[in-house]
Amino acid sequence: MGKWLQAFLFIAFASSIAAERNPRTERISGSAGDVLEDDPVGRLKVYVYELPSKYNKKILQKDPRCLSHMFAAEIYMHRFLLSSPVRTLNPEEADWFYTPIYATCDLTPTGLPLPFKSPRMVRSAIQLISSSWPYWNRTEGADHFFVVPHDFGPCFHYQEEKAIKRGILPILQRATLVQTFGQRNHVCLKDGSITIPPYAPPQKMQARKIPLNTPRSIFVYFRGLFYDVNNDPEGGYYARGARAAVWENFKNNPLFDISTEHPTTYYEDMQRAVFCLCPLGWAPWSPRLVEAVVFGCIPVIIADDIVLPFADAIPWEEIGVFVAEEDVHKLDTILTSIPPEVILRKQRLLANPSMKRAMLFPQPALPGDAFHQILNGLARKLPHQKSIYLKPGEKILNWTAGPVGDLKPW
Amino acid sequence: MKLSALHQSYLSRRSNSFRSSGPLDSASDAGYKSSAAVFWLILHGLCCLISLVLGFRFSRLVFFLLFSTSSSNLYTPPLRSAAELAKTLDVHSVQSTNPVANNLQLPFPNKTATNSRVIVGRHGIRIRPWPHPDPVEVMKAHQILERVQKEQRLQFGVKDPRTIIVVTPTYVRTFQALHLTGVMHSLMVVPYDLIWIVMEAGGVSQETASLIAKSGLKTIHVGFNQRMPNSWDERHKLESKMRLHALRIVREKKLDGIVMFADDSNMHSMELFDEIQNVKWFGAISVGILTTSANIAESLDRKEEEENPRMPIQGPACNASNMLAGWHTFNILPFAGKTAVNIDDRLTVLPRKLEWSGFVLNSRLLWKGGEDKPEWIQDIDMLDGDVESPLGLITDPSVVEPLGSCGRQVLLWWLRVEARTDSKFPPRWVIDPPLDITIPSKRTPWPDAPPELPAKEKPEMGIQDPIVKHVTKTRTSRSKHRSKRKHETRTDTQTSTRHAEQN
Repeated sequence: MGKWLQAFLFIAFASSIAAERNPRTERISGSAGDVLEDDPVGRLKVYVYELPSKYNKKILQKDPRCLSHMFAAEIYMHRFLLSSPVRTLNPEEADWFYTPIYATCDLTPTGLPLPFKSPRMVRSAIQLISSSWPYWNRTEGADHFFVVPHDFGPCFHYQEEKAIKRGILPILQRATLVQTFGQRNHVCLKDGSITIPPYAPPQKMQARKIPLNTPRSIFVYFRGLFYDVNNDPEGGYYARGARAAVWENFKNNPLFDISTEHPTTYYEDMQRAVFCLCPLGWAPWSPRLVEAVVFGCIPVIIADDIVLPFADAIPWEEIGVFVAEEDVHKLDTILTSIPPEVILRKQRLLANPSMKRAMLFPQPALPGDAFHQILNGLARKLPHQKSIYLKPGEKILNWTAGPVGDLKPW
Repeated sequence: MKLSALHQSYLSRRSNSFRSSGPLDSASDAGYKSSAAVFWLILHGLCCLISLVLGFRFSRLVFFLLFSTSSSNLYTPPLRSAAELAKTLDVHSVQSTNPVANNLQLPFPNKTATNSRVIVGRHGIRIRPWPHPDPVEVMKAHQILERVQKEQRLQFGVKDPRTIIVVTPTYVRTFQALHLTGVMHSLMVVPYDLIWIVMEAGGVSQETASLIAKSGLKTIHVGFNQRMPNSWDERHKLESKMRLHALRIVREKKLDGIVMFADDSNMHSMELFDEIQNVKWFGAISVGILTTSANIAESLDRKEEEENPRMPIQGPACNASNMLAGWHTFNILPFAGKTAVNIDDRLTVLPRKLEWSGFVLNSRLLWKGGEDKPEWIQDIDMLDGDVESPLGLITDPSVVEPLGSCGRQVLLWWLRVEARTDSKFPPRWVIDPPLDITIPSKRTPWPDAPPELPAKEKPEMGIQDPIVKHVTKTRTSRSKHRSKRKHETRTDTQTSTRHAEQN
């Protein structure tokens, strides 16, 4: 009896010590539970189609800048899946099918991707897989996923009006799309898509870390354009006027360290700031969110109806501050009226290493990083419903829909 | 171009309206048709003219104001410039003259999904009426920053910080307020507990007491009966004696903490106070030496023309394994014969070989009674003679701990700037009662007062003399310069008025 009591007390004592929280960080529990640390291995199987290298490797060889710009996630996802334990070489047992197309790698001399050929490229790839393997026709792509990290994702255009007019590429209507663009009630975000963060170079950010006891003395920090002088000189179109409003209202405010300059100490300055503004630009998402999370600066998101990366796994409301675009002129009142305890809690949540890892695409992959979060998201959608399997001869997608230019072969 | 969509839709709308008005009526109504066409031509011409004048695509503004929905995009006041104001006024006038424009359909590609509140297209830029910081909010922001930094210190800073005991020798002189205020403000910002021991040569004075009382720190103000001598050598000796006396006070009162020596003319960085918390018994830090004379620049230029003149640094020197290997001291040779001997000399003032301020020690070293004091510390009561530097307090120099990443970080700077011994200054640097003389400033851009007549010059000169007597000699030359410039400007204005009168 005494021995059992001793054993019980020992176990209780040990568990109380183990449960003692490190006050520096806080666990992140999102709407899907504590899923940031879930391990997808064993929960799903992915089959990677072997496409000819003109869809992937040759494009990359033509322009290696694609490996470092913010759309590089599509390339790194392919490389990750090729060597991941979730990959299966037997397509019969696969839950998900991945098509490696580098659609965002046609770059201008200044480095911006042109999306004009991407619809034709995707269409030709899907024609190839639907004719060489039976799995596409079985479900018309409902158990396939594609990585489309461009500005407006599967709409394949950089201008919002044109992207909305085109809509999601018709042949991708049933597939799961992994994209950086996310805005509620928008044509280019369909139900069931997985939003991912844009690519930010992990080694560069890691190399510029400063000691953690450097006091945070900047209140609000932002570096970037307020007016896109080339395309929208008067303002009002770019960022729906929100960035211009930030400049006009707060350029005289010493608490706001905002400017269009590109300093060499950009990463170091972010680590010395309490709030980092992440306003929308031509599209609502930006790599600033990733940088703010990695450097422990609370992101202030100014983009109406935006859907943030891994929104079902990460409780963004508790981590960042959301400001409606119409309230931008009151930004200083909003930020100074946040109670200090709330700010400290947000900083603790940001300090959690699993939060920082979930935003990055490290090479080689680490457990809990963005690749694994994508696989977790795919695993959460399993098992597939029986209704996605089509009866033989049944066709739902219209292969000739869309602008005439898209139907030309690539 | 991103904006071409709107322009194209505008053009297509116009062509649509032309086409729609065509089959509307029969040939008998040719008059109505042509008037509509003419009317559109006139409207188009008017819009083009307005765009020419204002330099802006006017059509866009028409669309924006006429067809944007009520989702509060119309926040026009206050407008950014007079040009925009002119644009809105013109729009209103155009609207009143052609009600036909309102009937047009809008083929605006506004096809967001039905429930979205977010609209593609041009939005207004909201600017509040007073876009300047509110002082209450600025205070709140600073309080937030303080709280965040306190939390950072708790998590990443020094665990169990010890009290810092600061020893400062000082005496009443012209620049005392300047130097002492600098040190005082540095100490007020230090986030740890502080005890400030101020040793004053010449006895406790009201000047110093009132100055340090403003700090709000725990101070021990002790007077020393000797007056500060005029030669630098004697001065250094007296300061060393004063510091030893302060160490005796630490021993008597059994103050617990880290003793550091802050001379009142030195400049300290905040990282210094964080770094000295790491000392165990006896530590040394690197001191940057800022010497004050033009002579230095000349001598350095001659020797190292290509290299940058380096700031001499006193402090510990480490070998590759980060162990104390020796000391960097100040090289006096370049300044042989050119150094200041007395305070009044305008030559360089040099530091000693190793300054007191470059050393910190644990106050327990000074306590009587054994505990776990190391053996290499000498008893201060036994010391009677001059101790040039704290190294004289210890028997074994190799036990000194180098701080600041082994002396590579310079955490404080030494500088000696003093005014002449006979320089005068108003007591406590307060002019009381205030002077009754006002001198018109000749540098304002507003010609509020008429130019002075030459007859008034003499009384002004007379008035200036009493002021000259009040200020110190260093100021006299400056005020003379000032009066010279005033003469020049006065004559200039006189000549200009004469020219004006002639013209």
